[in-house]
Amino acid sequence: MLKLNNVTAGYGSTTILHGISLEVNEGEIVTIVGGNGAGKSTTLRTISSLIKIADGSIEFEGEDITKIPAHKIVERGITMVPEARQLFPEMTVLENLQMGSFTKVARPHYKEKLDEVLTLFPRVAERLSQGAQSLSGGEQQMVAIARGMMACPRLMLFDEPSLGLAPIVVSQVFDVVKKIAASGTTVLIVEQNVFQTLQIADRGYVIENGEIGMSGPAQELMGNDHIRKAYLGI
Amino acid sequence: MAGGSKPPPLNQRSNWHGVLLAMDLIFTNLVNGLMLGALYAIVSVGLTLVFGIIKVINFAHGEFLMVAMFLVFFATAYFGVHPYVTLVVVLPLIFGLGMLVQRVLIEPLQDSDEHIMIFATVGLSIAMINLMLMLFGPDIYSTPSSGLRTVVDMGPAMFLTGQLNILIAAIALVGGIHLFLTRTQLGRAIRATGQNRAAAQLMGINVSWVYMVTFGIGVSCVGLAAVLIAPLYPTSPEVGQYFVLLSFVVVVMGGLGSISGALLAAMIIGIVDAFAGFYLGANVKDLVVFGIFLLVLIFRPQGLFGGARNMSHVS
Repeated sequence: MLKLNNVTAGYGSTTILHGISLEVNEGEIVTIVGGNGAGKSTTLRTISSLIKIADGSIEFEGEDITKIPAHKIVERGITMVPEARQLFPEMTVLENLQMGSFTKVARPHYKEKLDEVLTLFPRVAERLSQGAQSLSGGEQQMVAIARGMMACPRLMLFDEPSLGLAPIVVSQVFDVVKKIAASGTTVLIVEQNVFQTLQIADRGYVIENGEIGMSGPAQELMGNDHIRKAYLGI
Repeated sequence: MAGGSKPPPLNQRSNWHGVLLAMDLIFTNLVNGLMLGALYAIVSVGLTLVFGIIKVINFAHGEFLMVAMFLVFFATAYFGVHPYVTLVVVLPLIFGLGMLVQRVLIEPLQDSDEHIMIFATVGLSIAMINLMLMLFGPDIYSTPSSGLRTVVDMGPAMFLTGQLNILIAAIALVGGIHLFLTRTQLGRAIRATGQNRAAAQLMGINVSWVYMVTFGIGVSCVGLAAVLIAPLYPTSPEVGQYFVLLSFVVVVMGGLGSISGALLAAMIIGIVDAFAGFYLGANVKDLVVFGIFLLVLIFRPQGLFGGARNMSHVS
């Protein structure tokens, strides 16, 4: 479904990704794990075209999307739930969700999608008329995920959805990601919370210093000595 | 009142008369202040919108007003139409000019240092003034008043019909922009982009287009202002600076980026301007206006009505 071929990218003159190649198949939950500054978020930002690609190519559903601008990527069916929520703080929760289905593709499905996300997140339903910045961190994350779903994505990118949340909320977030995947949306998730992510993922890539160090089925990675030492602290 | 068949003594009657006269003056100044404030509001709303969404301080805002006033002058002079009719030509032209400036001047500098942006808009302002000086010289051009300088005498208050129209237009503009920003898809996209540019892109919003439209709308406000004031004030290449200097005061006082704040601050500045001009004289009124501005800067640097704007850039 999604294929990165030798992708090199970075900010200005700083190169962060040095020839990343990875693949996500339809229906999978794939995770990219790695330490701080390894290039996990940069990979997602490059896929969603927030960062211009320096070299290499990206394919989605067989089409080259390397040079497609960010706002067109969403129309193609890739939606990113960005790091640290990034809600529109001075808008209500409902307005944030409306922004989620901004594209021509998503707009006709607004009503059904809204019903769907409000069923999945009853807490969000209670907060519709509240300002987004008045919500707690966990609630904001739920709104961010709900907003991402409003775009009718076929592939959803999650950038550190558990960051800064209480442990109990973290489990809820992972449950939601599992449910989204179960409903047929393909998931690519980036996390520092390696253990919990590998538990829900089908496959994983380990990224170190902007290069893919290791990859394989999630179960296998969890049993790997290097990963146990470096990321799981076992 | 108390019985009152007997008329009051003569000296007391003249006292009452004096009080009434003073009240008349206060009322007249208040009305004039509101109408002046309405003009500042129309100009300031555009300025604050551009700042709030694109984060650019457009120092050439007044020059868009000036260019628009010249357009009104020439359109009325050559086609002999009522100044208000020129709106159908002036608005699209100024809107287009605004979009062009955003696309070719602001956008390429969007990610550079804010100071560069200031130099860019100040440079644009100087270039526009000098271009107009070159084309039309430093002369004053008077757009025909077409009856808009007719005095309306409403009991205690006297004003021009053109001034009343400015007040009506200001209320309609602020209301209209508010509805546009909250009720329409494009309006919401504009607000979203102002609050979080990257997230807006992730929603599928073409941010570069939204910026162009926003800049276009921002300068269209002075396009509207130009149509309204050209019949009342003379046009010259420097006219923009006269009106826009106070609009910067209004925008900062109202809280940068706040449209309702700009409206209220414009009314306050308008009223202060009118009273200070009448009771203290034209020379002293700027001292009062800018004195208040300095006090606001010292005690409420976020503006009188600026709230928690710092929350809008959660990274």
